[in-house]
This record gives sequence, C-alpha cells and structure tokens, in this order.
Amino acid sequence: MQAATIASHRFGFSETSLRAIQADPRAWVHNQFKQPVAFDSSGLIDSAQAMALTRDVLKADKAATSATPAAPVSGAANALTPSRKTLRETNLRALERRWQHTIATPTPVAERWVQFWTNHFTVAATKATLAALVWPFEYEAIRPHAFGNFKDLVRATTLHPAMLLYLDNAQSIGPDSKAGKRRDKGLNENLARELLELHTLGVHGGYTQEDVTQTAKILTGWTVRPDGDGNASFVENLHQPGSKRVLGKTYREGDSALGHLLTDLTRHPSCAKFVATKLVRHFVTDEPPAALVEAVAARFHSTEGDLQAVAQALFRHDIAWQPDHPAKFKRPDEFVLSAHRMLKLPISNIAQTVDAVQTMGLAVGRAPSPQGWPDRTEEWLSPDALLKRVQWADKFSQVHRNDADARALVKLAWGPDLSSSTLQHIERAESSAQSLALALASPEFQRR
Amino acid sequence: MSTFFSRRDSLRWLGAAAATATLGAGPARLAFAAPSLAGGADERRLVVVMLRGALDGLAAVPAVGDPGWATLRGQADADAAANVAAPLPLDATFALHPALTSLHQWFMQKELLVVHATASGYRERSHFDAQQMLESGGERPYALTTGWLGRALQASRQSAMAMTASMPLALRGGDASSTWTPSRGAGNDQDLLARVAQMYSGDAALHTAFTHAMGQQDMAKGAKGGPGFASLTKQAGVFLSEAKGPRVAWLEVGGWDTHNAQTGRLQRLLGELDLGLAALRAALGEHWAHTTVLVMTEFGRTAAYNGTNGTDHGTGSVAFVAGGDVAGGRVHTDWPGLSRASLLDGRDLKPTLDIRAVLAPSLQRQFGLSTAALQSSVFPGLTGRGLDVWRS
Repeated sequence: MQAATIASHRFGFSETSLRAIQADPRAWVHNQFKQPVAFDSSGLIDSAQAMALTRDVLKADKAATSATPAAPVSGAANALTPSRKTLRETNLRALERRWQHTIATPTPVAERWVQFWTNHFTVAATKATLAALVWPFEYEAIRPHAFGNFKDLVRATTLHPAMLLYLDNAQSIGPDSKAGKRRDKGLNENLARELLELHTLGVHGGYTQEDVTQTAKILTGWTVRPDGDGNASFVENLHQPGSKRVLGKTYREGDSALGHLLTDLTRHPSCAKFVATKLVRHFVTDEPPAALVEAVAARFHSTEGDLQAVAQALFRHDIAWQPDHPAKFKRPDEFVLSAHRMLKLPISNIAQTVDAVQTMGLAVGRAPSPQGWPDRTEEWLSPDALLKRVQWADKFSQVHRNDADARALVKLAWGPDLSSSTLQHIERAESSAQSLALALASPEFQRR
Repeated sequence: MSTFFSRRDSLRWLGAAAATATLGAGPARLAFAAPSLAGGADERRLVVVMLRGALDGLAAVPAVGDPGWATLRGQADADAAANVAAPLPLDATFALHPALTSLHQWFMQKELLVVHATASGYRERSHFDAQQMLESGGERPYALTTGWLGRALQASRQSAMAMTASMPLALRGGDASSTWTPSRGAGNDQDLLARVAQMYSGDAALHTAFTHAMGQQDMAKGAKGGPGFASLTKQAGVFLSEAKGPRVAWLEVGGWDTHNAQTGRLQRLLGELDLGLAALRAALGEHWAHTTVLVMTEFGRTAAYNGTNGTDHGTGSVAFVAGGDVAGGRVHTDWPGLSRASLLDGRDLKPTLDIRAVLAPSLQRQFGLSTAALQSSVFPGLTGRGLDVWRS
C-alpha cells in the first residue's frame, strides 16, 4: 500500500482522490494535527439540558407506565411519549452533526483521532440516565482535550456528568464520610476500576484490588445530581476522609487528590504502553508492531501525555507507513461514513443511517460495555454482518448510482493500490449502480 | 434524414393515438376518435421494463430455424438439454425460451409482439454507456442528461412511478415521476451477490464469511418464498389501476450479464421475468386491454458461446411489446442471419432496427405527442420509421 492510500483510507475516512495527498502524505497527516478543524456544536444541547430532558423522559415514562399498568408491551406502551420523541430528535440531531463533520471535515485523520478517544473513554446510552448525554460528552469532554494533554483529557472525561453517571461514581459515597455514616451507604468502585483498567493503565497495568478501592475513595465526592443543574461538583460530605494510597503513593484527603492521581497515572509506564498499544492497533494494524508501540509509548511517557507529541511519534514513524501491514476491517460506522465521504454525499436520512449501521452490528451510542467498541477484524467480520454491508452497498448504490462513476472514482481513490481483480469486477459490472455497489463491497473499501 | 416522421408514415403507424390525444388535431381527431374510445389516452397504461446487464436475445428468442443456429448454439444447447425444456415455437424461424411460458401464451393470444435484432444506436460494448444512451435517448452516450420518458411525461398530464430506489435516467427531465420500493427491500440482487462472492475470492476472510452468508440466505429465501420482481410488478399494477394513480410505470431487473453459466442463470432470470409480467397483467385486470408493456435491454450478447458457458457483450438483442391491444402473435424483424459473414464484427447479432422505432410510437400513443414534439424534445435527431404495434 502506498503512503497516500494509507493516509487516506487507514488514517482517515477515505478521500475521494489521492491527488492532494500524493505529493506529501506525511505532511497531509501532520498538518491536520497542527490545526484540526473544530466541530461546530452550536445549537446542540449541553449536559445540563441533556439531563433536564432525560428527567422529563423518565417522568413521562413513569406516568405512561402507571397509566397503563396492565399493558406493558402493548402497542400503546411502545408508542413514543412526546418527550421520548424530543429525546430521539435531539440525539439524532447531534449525531447527524457529528457524522456530517466526519464526512466533510478537511482534517479527517484528526477526526479519527478524536473518535478514537471517544471510544477509549466510552459512555453509552444503555443506561437510562445517559439517554441524552452521549454526544454532549464528546463535544464537551473529548474534543476540547483530544489534542492537548492526556491528563486533562482523563480529568475532563472522569468528571463529566456522563461518565460519573455511566460508571456510577455519582452514587459512590465514602463510607466514613458524613453522608456515608448517616445513610449507611458506601463505595462504588465502577469508575475507579475502569479508570485504571480501561482509561489509563490497562488490565495488566500493575494495580491491585486495593489500588482500585483506594482510587474509588479518592473519587468519592465527585458527583452530579441527576435532578441537578447538570454540572459535576465535589461534595465534601460524600468524600471519604483521610489519605489514600494508590500504587505506592499517598494522596491527601480532598478534591485535589484526583488531579495528583491522574498526573501519576499519566506518568505510569503502563499507561503509556496501554494507550500506545491501542493507538497503534486502531491507526495501523490489529496486531501492533512492538517497535512502534514502544516508540509511541516512549514519547507519551517522556512528554507526560502530550497528545500532539504522541500523534507525531505515531505518524512520523516509518513503521506506521509500512506498506505491508495486514489491513484493518472497517467498523460499520467507519464503512458507512467513509462511503459518504468518498462519494462526497451528505447523510440524507440520519435515522435510516443509524438503523443501517445497527444492522451491521454497531448500535450507535450504545456500546455494550465501558470497554467501547472492539478494534479487531474478527470482532466485526461475520457472515451476516458482511451480507448486511453488501446489501447496504446495493441499496445505497441504487440511490446514488448517478452521483458517481465508480470506475473513475476507484482509480482516483486508490491509484495503483486497487487490485486488478477489484477493478475488473467494477468495470465489468452490468450497471452503474452495480459497479458502485461492488466498489463499496470491495475488499479495498471494506478494509483500511 | 430518412422518412421516419414523414406525414404519410406517421399517419399510417401512429394511428389513433396521435390523432385522438393531440390537441388541435383537427379533422383527423374526429375521424379517429370513435375506435379509440375504449382505450382513450386517459385509459392507457405504459409499462417499461429495463433489463440491465444485456439480455442475450438469442437465448430469449432462439432462431432455431436459422441455418447458422446449430453451429452457434446447437452444441451448448445439447449440453444443457438434459435440464432445459425445448424452446416454445413461435414461427418457422423463432422460438421462445422455455421459461417464458406466460409470454408464449400471450404470443398465441396475439398480445405479444417480439422484436428481434434490435438495438440502440450504440455500437460499443460498455454497459454504462449503453444504458446511458438507451435511457437518455441521445444520439451518443452522455449527449443528453435527461431521459426520453421523462421528457415525454413533461409534456403530458400523466405521471409515472419508477419501482426503484432512485429515479432512473429515463424518467428524468420532468417532475411527473416518482419512485417507490418496498420498505423492506425486494430481496437481494442475486447477480450482485454472486459477483461480490467472486470478487472476494482473493480475500480468504471475506470469502469465507460471505460464502456462509450466501448459504444462510438461500435457506432464508427457501423458507419465505416470494420472488422480488413479481412483487414489484404486482405493486406496479396496483398503482396503475388506481383512478388517480400513475399511467406509466418503470421497472428494472438486473443480472443479465451472463458471462458464465448462462443456461442456468437465464432459466432462473427469464422465469422471474415471466412470472413478474404475469403478475403485472393479473394486477392490471381490465386495464390490460389498453396497456402497453415494453421490455428492453441495453444491448445483446455474442452470438457464439464464450469459453465459460456464457456470452460476452454484443450488440443486437430482442425487445418485447405486450398488451391487450398490441398487434401481437408475430416476430417483427429484418433478420440479418447467423452466418459468420452476417454477424456484426464477426461475433454479434447484427442490429437491423433502431429500438427507438418501438419506443417512439409507444410514447406517441401513450401521450398523444405530435411528431414535431417527439423529434424536437423526446428523441432529438431520430430518423427511420416506427413499427406498427397496435391492432387499432
């Protein structure tokens, strides 16, 4: 695979043409990190509005259920309440803005970088309280810090209402805090564990159960009231008194402990290694080459998580540009978005697109676990999912058969990296729709 | 410039339609009004079926009486004879593929006109360009960006329904057309799936997964039944039967690009086509009496088989015209013959009739278009003369 193809399809979301990249593929990537084009969140709801909307929804659900207690699964019960409709429209609006940005942004590699972190710090609407918070989380916590320092990114995500609710820290109470003593309630380790396991050190990162418990104690007090104003805050009465000890270091009681802990976690060698491994797996190949992981980890470590420097270490390394890495199999959303991007076609029906991606196996905004969506071929490549992709390519191509000449397009989009077999199939198709469907179904387009 | 639209010719073959539906037709309108009352312009229905991928006209309508037939196709037919029934005879020269049982019945009822050795003016062998030219009605590919049916509709008060996800080129050029597909899809395009399977042959993981999926799909299909094309044609018939519904329908079937294993594929495809057309007729009910169905394809295929039991891109093919008042029961052709010397470029059935000679009179009858309007906006540059298609 030539460098321009790698830049376009593997690092980005599939450009229409390699022409602008070919002169200097590395510069094309590096420049995106210097000035990533900002996501426009104007007019989209913030967390406070999201939580208010969610409260309305849950209240209306409750009213509807108590009004028709005997018919829980009937058609009437399935009908959307007005606030559920608003919720659905609100979420689709934010998602549509996100996807149109992915399709149209001049800095697609930077956008993939952002979305990598969104998945790394997964929150999901699988929890009722998260119903409207998934997309605000991205533009409030991820985007402002994705090109800054990892520590700030972790802090922003950890303390975002979405994360505090998703991983239950909002309910975690120091057993010896005033509130804990009074209510006989206590710790919830969920966020602490995932902070160590999924967000910073990795599952084999060298921490113990006691480190998890101690981290959970540090996190006590950081909460958001589901019926509050939507802002996270530190509530002294919930905080576990006394100092805590995590990974051999002592942290004082109080709200300053978390910052120190996150600084230390960012400095921990396991964090550098864990993050570097995930980055290389996502951006380069399923089985990350050790030398590249080490190089990226070293930069992460030496800069204490300067994400611009980390990106440079990754994208300036020759291994990242090696032509023979096994290609990655696109995730369903990547497949659909890159089809729109390559064809320069905005999403015309966001609800249908969400449904399509879901039939391919990815429930948008509803990752099944805090681990987020998997990033290996075998997790996505199944007979049914593949057939669904081909069926989507078929339908999509029927609709857009007059929008592009697939024969010409694939030559622009892959240059010499298009296999002669794929090109032949596209050129020998019996119609323009079929040739476009074959281009989208092709191994070149299914993989990146 | 030939005499396609000379006054004498147009009167002769345009018959009642041009006279009854053209505003200000004067005395001719009166003269021809009476016989057309039963099927006046408002009652008429036009259905166009586009076979994408290039139907092998010699397989659909084999020239079994041609002395060159046995040399070209006899051997392969013998090979396939074990599985395929004998062609259904039409006349001394031609027969119909055995899967086209309904069409054969219509032929016997004189409601099917077979047009053989026809093609558009396109003489290269690209599907894309050929379809563009056939649908646009231009003199060469991409000369026009709208379609002849769309332009003809624009001048009428009728509307059309394309049973497709996107507006076909043929219907572009006006705002009188809509599209419709079932919300849950009409089933998978088997030809596309087969091509994808083949495209994946160099990618082990994709190939394995897709092969499994195809197997599962076959099972699911067997469980459900329900051929896709027939459900679309049936729905088209329902639309066309509505009092305020469209008067024109456009349908498409893909999969005709039979470069290999042609015998079995055509057996299935022609069977689906035949079933679909029968379903259309049934859904149209009494409207069949004044419906014209046109079946066309972008070009034909090589007269001889290729090395993989299929045929490659060719030129001349067939078109079908069916309907309650079609002057059918005959094969219209200026037959070029199948000897090597009479084949185009030594390989293709030589086209002897511009397919627009079938399309143009159908449009005039359906829309009451004047010859001037037809020549200036629907088929600019058209020459030659049109066919006699209807009984009255």
